[in-house]
Amino acid sequence: MTKSRKRPLELWHLISIAITLLYLLFLIVPMFNILKESVYENGRFTLKYFIQFFSEPYYFNTILNSFKISIATTLFSLLVGVPLAYLYNLYRIHGRSVVQVLIILSSMSAPFVGAYAWILLLGRYGLITKFFAELGIALPSIYGFRGVVLVLTTRLYPLVFMYVSGALRNVDNSLLEASQNLGVSGVKRFFKVVVPLCTPSILAAALMVFMRAMADFGTPLLIGEGYRTFPVEIYKQYVGETSQNYNFAAAISVIAIVITAIVFLVQKVASEKFSFKMNALHSIERKKAKPVTSFFIHAYTYIVVAISMLPQVYLVYCSFRNTNAFGNFTKGLSLNSYKNAWKYVRTALPNTLIIGLSTMVIVVLMSILIAYMVVRRKNTMNNVLDTMSMIPYIIPGSVIGIALVLTFSKGWLVLTGTMAIMIIAMVIRRIPYTIRSSVAVLQQIPITTEEASISLGASKLKTFFKVTTPMMASGIVSGAILSWVSIITELSASIMLYSARTQTLTLSIYVLVSRGTDGAACAVSTILLLFTVISLALFMRVSKNKDIVM
Amino acid sequence: MSINIIIKNAVKRYGDVVIIPDLSLDIKKGEFFTLLGPSGCGKTTLLRMIAGFNTIEGGDFYFNETRINDLNPAKRNIGMVFQNYAVFPHMTVRGNVAFGLKNRKMSKEEIKKRTDEFLELMKIKEYENRLPERLSGGQQQRVALARALAVHPDVLLMDEPLSNLDAKLRVEMREVIKEIQNKIGITTVYVTHDQEEAMAISDRIAVMDKGVIQQIGTPKVLYHRPANLFVATFIGKTNVLDGKIYEENGEKGVMLENAKFPMKNLNDLAVDGLNVKLSIRPEEFVICEHGCGSLKGIVEDSVFLGLNTQYFVRLESGEKVQITRESSIEDTIEKNSEVEISVKTDKINVFSEDGQRALIG
Ligand SMILES: Nc1ncnc2c1ncn2[C@@H]1O[C@H](COP(=O)(O)OP(=O)(O)O)[C@@H](O)[C@H]1O
Ligand SMILES: [Mg+2]
Repeated sequence: MTKSRKRPLELWHLISIAITLLYLLFLIVPMFNILKESVYENGRFTLKYFIQFFSEPYYFNTILNSFKISIATTLFSLLVGVPLAYLYNLYRIHGRSVVQVLIILSSMSAPFVGAYAWILLLGRYGLITKFFAELGIALPSIYGFRGVVLVLTTRLYPLVFMYVSGALRNVDNSLLEASQNLGVSGVKRFFKVVVPLCTPSILAAALMVFMRAMADFGTPLLIGEGYRTFPVEIYKQYVGETSQNYNFAAAISVIAIVITAIVFLVQKVASEKFSFKMNALHSIERKKAKPVTSFFIHAYTYIVVAISMLPQVYLVYCSFRNTNAFGNFTKGLSLNSYKNAWKYVRTALPNTLIIGLSTMVIVVLMSILIAYMVVRRKNTMNNVLDTMSMIPYIIPGSVIGIALVLTFSKGWLVLTGTMAIMIIAMVIRRIPYTIRSSVAVLQQIPITTEEASISLGASKLKTFFKVTTPMMASGIVSGAILSWVSIITELSASIMLYSARTQTLTLSIYVLVSRGTDGAACAVSTILLLFTVISLALFMRVSKNKDIVM
Repeated sequence: MSINIIIKNAVKRYGDVVIIPDLSLDIKKGEFFTLLGPSGCGKTTLLRMIAGFNTIEGGDFYFNETRINDLNPAKRNIGMVFQNYAVFPHMTVRGNVAFGLKNRKMSKEEIKKRTDEFLELMKIKEYENRLPERLSGGQQQRVALARALAVHPDVLLMDEPLSNLDAKLRVEMREVIKEIQNKIGITTVYVTHDQEEAMAISDRIAVMDKGVIQQIGTPKVLYHRPANLFVATFIGKTNVLDGKIYEENGEKGVMLENAKFPMKNLNDLAVDGLNVKLSIRPEEFVICEHGCGSLKGIVEDSVFLGLNTQYFVRLESGEKVQITRESSIEDTIEKNSEVEISVKTDKINVFSEDGQRALIG
């Protein structure tokens, strides 16, 4: 008998130690600091802020409001997205690919930019509001709860659409035919067969929408007015309307994390209960609907797409409108706004590129390494790493922002105000998603392919670079492009961390909007949109299956 | 440079679950050796222990005199062929075949020459610049085989290489594999759960069940003289019947219902009155309408298969047996007719009641 010998310390061990240390330094310690800050004031333990939060309705309501908004947004997103995915995948629709591109595009803008555009359209002095006012019709106010839900829904229903479309692609045509044979068709089939088949995806999408709505910060800030949600409250406490109160901001953060964690766990349990595997031998054939039905299908699809694209289109239009010296719109068209915006774009554009690209490179590298260790080299340390890498998933961006400020504004490593802290925040926010998608890609690759390489004499490292990585490539590149898009439109963490030197395009828009410089804001938004469109086009070319999961 | 493989007392555990308790094997130089057994019996596990992809919890593995337990899989000079082909999807056919050669110190010309040689041998030269996704399953498996053999491995390991192919291709490819193996003379360990495939291709077969080798032998021996009831039923078709040993006037035999069949080859374990299991293959029965045997039965069904006809007969005891008889034009045993049956006593196998031990020889 031989005992299996202990292997010497391999390169992979060093890598997993290094990554673990990075996580400790940039995620665990900051999170711990948030926790500490929430219960320690001037070196003494106190629950004062938690008590204050739960005893004063003003604060407690922010959580309730966030819940109301998230639930409403989730419901509306499902109501819009599920039928849309159903119609899109079961029936022939003219301009299919354009429809899909536009749906995806509308999910890619920064939510607060959408909010801003809606204000320009439906706000007090909005285009549509004025139009109806002239007809003597007063439109309901867009500010507050309604506006937030509208903006978030138009931005988040595409997630539902994409998840459910993905599920429908795995539904075998024979299942639909069988149900028709058994006398279940039309609307009944939708509810009795299609929805249950897509339940796992619907649940996953619902969670995604819920989490995003919950954590979104820019939309309620801009359009919520008196309607306060907790990410806004954290920010207000942090910048200090009256006085800065990190302790209180931290306490709210802790409460927020606990809530999102509970939601996450509940969804996890629920989706495990509903999970099953599908694999379509024959994908669903898209049918041509009867003329009348077809009319309604097209009407529904086009209207949804039009509404969700409207803000973007209007912003582009506004960017070319003439402006006066204060940046307010006047009659006629001009490039004034771009001239005014140039001052901001000049620094914001390079910043955006540097932050976006560095984040993307770091995220991709770390995701490949972590995915490889989690899937192919299971051990305790890598399992811990796996769990740790999922933590940011449940932490709102603004909380990550505060945690980093608390940790890196003093002590041996001061990073506040630097580009580095922005990149770190972006990496933390993005990495759970890219790791998940890299893990999914790697799980599709049979381990025997790597074993074949090793048995042919290639070392493990060579196998990783020559076989594993190239096979993961297309999945990873498309994931990277999606990361890029969400990085350049990120607001909630970066707003806590930016300085004059590290302002990005998205932050510039925010600054311009809050100063009321509408023209320039529209111009920068248009530039950002252009980037997004180019990235999306790139994505479409790279990813073969066009299956987007964000 | 073919080698022989010796495995002594191999143990494999996953956590607390023992998959292979204690397994020993001796595979000869240049032999086509097959691990055969039902799904989940540990064939792949054992093969991957030889390849170095599984940890070894106990025992010794040798290639010739070299103990390989702790040898890096990349250094074992093994060619492997997998069930899912495992060709590299991002490399051309040529790139796949040349991959292993590039890991060795070989000149460009040598690599090209060797690659060409194996592309031609496996008849895939015409696809050399294609990516695998544009090849059929059979062609992909040819690429995998060419890739594995091009490095001149000491051992060729194959894990169910044909099970993803359709029936016709499976037969074709198994001939290709056998022919190439013969030509190169490489020691080959082949894994399959398909007994027919194993019989067709192997020099010797190890029949495994639950991580334990039940019998090692040539296809002929396994078929005719299985070591236990498991092997008898796993290899080929057989009827298992309850019987009893009798001993009369110094003559031994088996008693089936009330019919006595004297046998010359029973061993000492077969003592008078012992309950036994009989394994009688369909062709080891003799069936006729009258005058050929002492067992009686009724034909419930028959299937004409050209060369043979299969009869499904219910014996008087109620047991159902399948009997094969060469077809003939005046074959007229009708359904529901009474028949007489005898057995070819020199061919049948007798096992202890628990099926563990053979009572022949
Ligand atoms: N990585 C593993 N962890 C735990 N059990 C395993 C693992 N791989 C295989 N097994 C178990 O070992 C047994 C033998 O598996 P395997 O060698 O794949 O069977 P075969 O190839 O004969 O079908 C099975 O019961 C299987 O469940
Ligand atoms: Mg197997």
